[in-house]
Amino acid sequence: MRQAYDAIVVGAGHNGLVNASYLAKAGKKTLLLEQNEVVGGAAITEELLPGFHFTTFSYAISLLRPDIVQDLNLVQHGLMILPMPRTFQPGYDGNYLLLGSDAEDNYHEIARHSLEDAEGYRELSFRIKQVCHALHPIMDSIPPNIQSQDPSEVAAVEALKTYLEGLPPEVSGMIKRFYECSAAEILDDYLQSDLLKAMIASSGIIGSHCSPLSKESGIVWLFHKLGEYDGQLGEWGFHKNGNGGFTQVVARAFQSFGGEIRTNAPVSRVLYGDTGTTGVELMDGEVIDANIVVSALDPRQTFRKMVEPSDLPADLIASIDAYQFRGTAAKVNFALSGLPKFPGLDDSEKIFDGFTNIGPSIRYLEEAFKDSQSGRFSRRPFIDCCIQSLIDPSMSPPGKHVMSCFVMYCPSQLSNSDWEAEKTPLGDTVQETLEEFFPGFSKLVIHREVVTPKDIQSRTGLSQGDIFAGQLFSSQLFTHRPAPGWNQYRTPIKGYYQCGSGTHPGGCVSGGPGKLAARQILGDCSTQSI
Amino acid sequence: MPKRTPFHDCIAPYNETEIWKRWSGYLVPPNLQYSIDTEYYAIRNSVSLLDTSPLFKYRFCGPDAVDILSSSMVRPIHQLAIGRAQYNIWCDDYGFVVQDGVLLRLAENEFFLTAGEAALRWFRQVARRCNLEAESVSDVSDQYGILALQGPHAFSVISQFDKDSALASLSYFGVAQIEIASRQVIVSRTGYTGDLGYEIWIPSIDAATVWRAIIEAGSGYNLTPIGTTALKMSRVEAGLLLMDVDFSSSRFMFGPSEKETPNELGFHWMLKNLDSDNREFIGRHAIEKEILSGSSRWTTIGLTVDPQSYVDRFQSAGLIPEKGNVYCESTHSLYRRSGQPWDYAGYATSFLYSSLLKQPIAIGKLPSDLATPGTQVDLEIEVARRPELVTATVSRMPFFNPSRKTQVFSKQEVKDASGV
Ligand SMILES: Cc1cc2nc3c(=O)[nH]c(=O)nc-3n(C[C@H](O)[C@H](O)[C@H](O)COP(=O)(O)OP(=O)(O)OC[C@H]3O[C@@H](n4cnc5c(N)ncnc54)[C@H](O)[C@@H]3O)c2cc1C
Repeated sequence: MRQAYDAIVVGAGHNGLVNASYLAKAGKKTLLLEQNEVVGGAAITEELLPGFHFTTFSYAISLLRPDIVQDLNLVQHGLMILPMPRTFQPGYDGNYLLLGSDAEDNYHEIARHSLEDAEGYRELSFRIKQVCHALHPIMDSIPPNIQSQDPSEVAAVEALKTYLEGLPPEVSGMIKRFYECSAAEILDDYLQSDLLKAMIASSGIIGSHCSPLSKESGIVWLFHKLGEYDGQLGEWGFHKNGNGGFTQVVARAFQSFGGEIRTNAPVSRVLYGDTGTTGVELMDGEVIDANIVVSALDPRQTFRKMVEPSDLPADLIASIDAYQFRGTAAKVNFALSGLPKFPGLDDSEKIFDGFTNIGPSIRYLEEAFKDSQSGRFSRRPFIDCCIQSLIDPSMSPPGKHVMSCFVMYCPSQLSNSDWEAEKTPLGDTVQETLEEFFPGFSKLVIHREVVTPKDIQSRTGLSQGDIFAGQLFSSQLFTHRPAPGWNQYRTPIKGYYQCGSGTHPGGCVSGGPGKLAARQILGDCSTQSI
Repeated sequence: MPKRTPFHDCIAPYNETEIWKRWSGYLVPPNLQYSIDTEYYAIRNSVSLLDTSPLFKYRFCGPDAVDILSSSMVRPIHQLAIGRAQYNIWCDDYGFVVQDGVLLRLAENEFFLTAGEAALRWFRQVARRCNLEAESVSDVSDQYGILALQGPHAFSVISQFDKDSALASLSYFGVAQIEIASRQVIVSRTGYTGDLGYEIWIPSIDAATVWRAIIEAGSGYNLTPIGTTALKMSRVEAGLLLMDVDFSSSRFMFGPSEKETPNELGFHWMLKNLDSDNREFIGRHAIEKEILSGSSRWTTIGLTVDPQSYVDRFQSAGLIPEKGNVYCESTHSLYRRSGQPWDYAGYATSFLYSSLLKQPIAIGKLPSDLATPGTQVDLEIEVARRPELVTATVSRMPFFNPSRKTQVFSKQEVKDASGV
């Protein structure tokens, strides 16, 4: 039996979930179709062995737009974001940095390494907060269409210029630096300690094809600071039961608005004719009707797979083909029989309740990047670790732990091997690296899950395993995400929309694309009759 | 982990409350006794001893020291003689106040500075900007502890160590180097209480020895170790501003409404001789522009609250007026008496019921037309959980200014004091 819906959202990643929820809340009869068994996409939590819950892909949250929490009543559906109070940066020879949530304490901790840096760190943090505060309105609005002659779009571009020009010079100057400079260059303005610089610079490389010395790392760093934890700008938190816990919350919200989810329902194509969109066809041939179809997939799938590219303007397809997807990261997730130990710091519970950054110098990160340039994974990788069961004890059996490790650089294309063959060597490399900093680590390992860029691609559909559905470089952000002229969630096909991380504001668990796309769709519905 | 000052173990036995708070990351007791008034009156009637070691301490040394300070400080440095101290402020390029601090000149090219917030990088950046030697500035925060010996008997106590009578002739804001218990210390006749008193820089390794010697010398004078609350109460009477209460460092404030210029902080007096001073200190141009255009948004003033109006508000609500231990660092709104109700005009930052003066006093911000001494405004207080207005009069600060603060002692008095 063919059932008709007002709207179909393809892909139940968190953006698909958020988008579908807004549509359902607005009274649209909405169907969310997901190819996998579970919803969540790159934000899922899986119990791989009894009692151990793994955040398969993404693992922490900060960019979530605060208004989504209110709009979708997420608290009522179980939203609980726990603090990650500390960041631990182990160095060599017993050297380390352990920063927490108190500015005065951090001052003295950094002062152990450099007195000037203790002050420089505060200055830099403040400057970044000023920048983020200034950019928040931009995060939460639909960017103007720079190709449109429409007076309202022309005015919007002007208004934006005026806004940016009106910012205090130290703020606009800093925005410019983020756009034009590498993380390392910016850090040199404020800091001397290499350990501290490397700790901060890691935000500039996450998921990105760049080293801290590459120009692009400035903007990537800024992007990762645009979130907050309860008003503490730039801080990260951890959703109860991981980001999979979060997507389950949004799924419940969606259902509470009357939305319908179908899992194990891969979509093969979007159906459309002269009058616009008519529905979707599933892999098994089933056709479902709707005049609004939203692709929550990445731009390559949205424009090249779900529809016939030759039906679209050539310049759009050219932009999408030029749009950069880069696989750079893998995950290695561990089940541990106990907490790792850092020599000289006995109280492990006090060092691992946030992020632990393996990447003790700018040079280390740079070497890791260079090493991967030849088409292999870095032999000494950058690892962003998080022992999540310390923050949320329900994620592991008592006394035991789960540890998420985000590993770079892992190019999706290997030159002399393939990821099936490199899976075990990558796991071993990560384990050896951790052993170097936490002697005895390997003995704690009960189980290990290696998630390669190929796995990311095959399980979530993210092209090349690019964790952001397209690199967060300035050439593909804002008015250019995913393509100039097509950055307002619409597509050339009437009724067909896009809302994945390949649209503004971009990757990360922010919900921004899903929310802003819904705003556009609902706006169109009220003015045109779709 | 909180840090401990070099006097921590000396103070701990006196801390009957066992409460410690953090000040710049160091543990300090807000009060040692349950009776804060007792600590307060040690400042005003006998002599108090307070550990102010958490202050950031900097040493400026070498041929560029004067130039670095001259390029930063609002008050000219060349007028600061060797062996003298100076209260000074420094601003940012926009003429907003970054911090205040007390500067001691020990030699032609050697200065010590105390500051409420870290400033090493600030001054080194100034040096770099001016092509001066950044290493001229060093952080000596951990090398020294500071004790504030304040109160009418402060001289009687410290003069017992004054073998060469260096302190007898030490005038207000003078600096001397003496020995206490055979340990070399630096003494300045300065303080944050507005009373007679001294601040003593003590090498951290000598902290315990010097502490014991001072305690012993004070035994006949009711010398009382105190916590920070009593100090803060006394500084309101002295009309001295506290960073993060009466103003904030412009360095870390988002909006211009949270940043203040020297004029707005009531530091006009520092700018009087700007014409004859040709230094290019940071913020100078902005400050001159502000003076020329009269663009100051407000000024910082003292307020005395009419005691009867204060008492009446409580009594008509059936309550006993709140007097003892009322020291408040949160904002109280000020209203213009224009006939219009709740005509917002400004705010008070520090509010104290002065036990000594028997009336509430406050430090506030008002636009210039309301800032003339004698002008009356309404100050909002909370009585029985409701907002109430009391009459407050703009007053000159300090509210309390005893002549002993600046009194010069004779050698005879030294003998008297050490004879006790
Ligand atoms: C390893 C990794 C670590 C990360 N870490 C973090 C982190 O810690 N914090 C953070 O904020 N961000 C992190 N990110 C980024 C973030 O997770 C993603 O940007 C975000 O989750 C993407 O959400 P999305 O909804 O746009 O897309 P996706 O989550 O990719 O959702 C797309 C969905 O569509 C489904 N789908 C695909 N094709 C079809 C089809 N044909 N038919 C039906 N369904 C289909 C997929 O199965 C998937 O469920 C990480 C990403 C990865 C991969």
